[in-house]
Amino acid sequence: MTAADSLDHNSQMTSLRSAAKRKRSQAQFIRWLLLFTGGIAMVMPIIYMLSTSLKYPFEVYNLNLIPEEPTLDNYRYVLEDGRFFGWFTNSLVIATVTTLCNVLFDSLVGYVLCKYTFPGRYIVFIAILSTLMIPTEMLVIPWYLMSSAFGWLDTYWGIMFPGLMTAFGTFLMKQFFETVPDDFLEAARIDGLNELQIWWTVAMPLVRPALAALAIFVFLGNWTAFIWPLIVTNSQEMYTLPVGLTTFSVEAQVEWELIMTGAAISTIPTLIVFLIFQRYIIRGVVMAGLKG
Amino acid sequence: MTTVVLKNLVKAYGNTQVLHGIDLEIKSGEFVVLVGPSGCGKSTTLRMIAGLEEVTSGEIQIGGNLVNDLEPKDRDIAMVFQNYAIYPHMTVRKNIGFGLRTSKLSKTERDQRIDEVAAILELTNLLERKPNQLSGGQRQRVAMGRAMVRNPSAFLFDEPLSNLDAQLRTQMRLEIKKLHQRVGNTIIFVTHDQVEAMTMADRIVIMKDGVIQQVGTPLEVFYQPANTFVARFIGAPSMNMLNGEVGGEDLQLDNGTRMSVPLNKLSKGQKITVGLRPDDLLVKENEGLFSGKVSLVEPLGSDTLAYVDVNGTEVIAKASGRFPPAIGDRVNLHSAAENIHLFDSNTGEAIQ
Ligand SMILES: Nc1ncnc2c1ncn2[C@@H]1O[C@H](COP(=O)(O)OP(=O)(O)O)[C@@H](O)[C@H]1O
Ligand SMILES: [Mg+2]
Repeated sequence: MTAADSLDHNSQMTSLRSAAKRKRSQAQFIRWLLLFTGGIAMVMPIIYMLSTSLKYPFEVYNLNLIPEEPTLDNYRYVLEDGRFFGWFTNSLVIATVTTLCNVLFDSLVGYVLCKYTFPGRYIVFIAILSTLMIPTEMLVIPWYLMSSAFGWLDTYWGIMFPGLMTAFGTFLMKQFFETVPDDFLEAARIDGLNELQIWWTVAMPLVRPALAALAIFVFLGNWTAFIWPLIVTNSQEMYTLPVGLTTFSVEAQVEWELIMTGAAISTIPTLIVFLIFQRYIIRGVVMAGLKG
Repeated sequence: MTTVVLKNLVKAYGNTQVLHGIDLEIKSGEFVVLVGPSGCGKSTTLRMIAGLEEVTSGEIQIGGNLVNDLEPKDRDIAMVFQNYAIYPHMTVRKNIGFGLRTSKLSKTERDQRIDEVAAILELTNLLERKPNQLSGGQRQRVAMGRAMVRNPSAFLFDEPLSNLDAQLRTQMRLEIKKLHQRVGNTIIFVTHDQVEAMTMADRIVIMKDGVIQQVGTPLEVFYQPANTFVARFIGAPSMNMLNGEVGGEDLQLDNGTRMSVPLNKLSKGQKITVGLRPDDLLVKENEGLFSGKVSLVEPLGSDTLAYVDVNGTEVIAKASGRFPPAIGDRVNLHSAAENIHLFDSNTGEAIQ
């Protein structure tokens, strides 16, 4: 190769390289644009919710983001309205109890389906899974008939009972218990623990990330649940927050600013739950990564 | 101290029988190693002794008591698993103390026990660490500590060293042996590695396909293998096997060579297999049982392994380390008479 050749070669390489670079930054840009658009699409409703909650009624139908006369009156109104506090409490109790029950029962059943062999295990598992394929709307009528037969209409128990255990949670936990080596359980068995102790002291701590994920799902699901609580409750005092919030609209006219204020306040517990359990999820991932 | 006795122990999974009647008597304080190729039923045997698998038929006695129907915790045994089974969410202290959770000791007595065990295993400084902050060897020791803390009458080990690198494995081998000399409990140790078996065992149990092939001390199974399987399984490189037939005054090997061996226990026309360990089959200048052509050499330093083609059969022999034969050389191979093993070709059993 002559010197000129190699020079030419070099410059060719450089131009190739810069072309590659340009291409890469283009791809980067497109990726960034997509993410940005997606992000905006997700955040906009929340921003509008906050913005509307700060507006006076006359301004609600102006789509401006920044209220001309920002006010906290809506918040004062909603918080001073005794009904809101009651609904908030109802939702909190129901979502919390349901979450605890799911974490407990789903993992118990998931554990048994995962770690024990018994006749009919597969059938039980399939039966549980198949309930995933039935939409809530179809279940509402039998639930209602059941509740009314047992006298559970318009009670906490009536609102909660369909969700105290979920097929999804059971499935999730079963899958996660697969990651717990059988040796761990057998070692504990030799050390003299009974089966319940093994589940609680050995298996449960090892699936903490899954429990955290399950807790978030269940809490959010129940916190935002609408159809079933609407159907099973009659009296305003038993309403959950999403059901109650709609009554702001059915009175004289739709009072969007109040609904948005209630919605804004109602996001707070979900944020807290998420922040608490998210830590476990991240730590779980890190722990799994370090395991030698 | 505790004896462990297995009587005609059978295990079947569904219709597949995997253990076909294991008979074994383990003396109190003995270090017994179950060894055999993967899938031969070692773990199954051990897990049945531990009570983790149901007995299909037969008896298991520990310390003279029939334990077939006892829970693992009531058998007074401890087990160390291949992947240690120490809990990642607990500190070393908690892990070691786990075996004491159900005991009636007071908190101080427990801590004392944990400290004692930790001192023996040199884990004292690591007690507050979590398992993911430990090296493989340290985790291994924690697993042993967990087994030791209850002071069970028998320890069961299932391939505890197979996750360690070669150097650490050698070291842990020694440590377990020392530990045994110190505490004196009965140990049943499972491995697929014949070197581990040879170096640690008081007695070796060699298994194949759910059947015991031979039980004996390391020297017995090495020098008096009961059959061709044991002969080839124990010792590395494996014993050379040459098939032949007893002739009038010597042995006619299938590859055409003749070889003179003591014939007093053999009958003319009998098909036999001659076993010669590479270590006993020496490359010599002039005398020899037979000769062949060197096809490959492996220098090991003090010795050289010579792969020798004897009329189409490859045998491995030992040559001088300093003056190895060259590839293509014709060499004589010799073995002392007492090092020649003879087996019946039909049954594989040793002729003694
Ligand atoms: N749970 C089980 N179900 C069916 N077969 C099994 C089960 N456990 C082990 N086996 C079979 O039993 C045989 C012995 O297994 P194992 O005792 O684990 O062998 P080893 O420990 O000697 O490698 C193997 O063929 C294995 O496939
Ligand atoms: Mg095994």
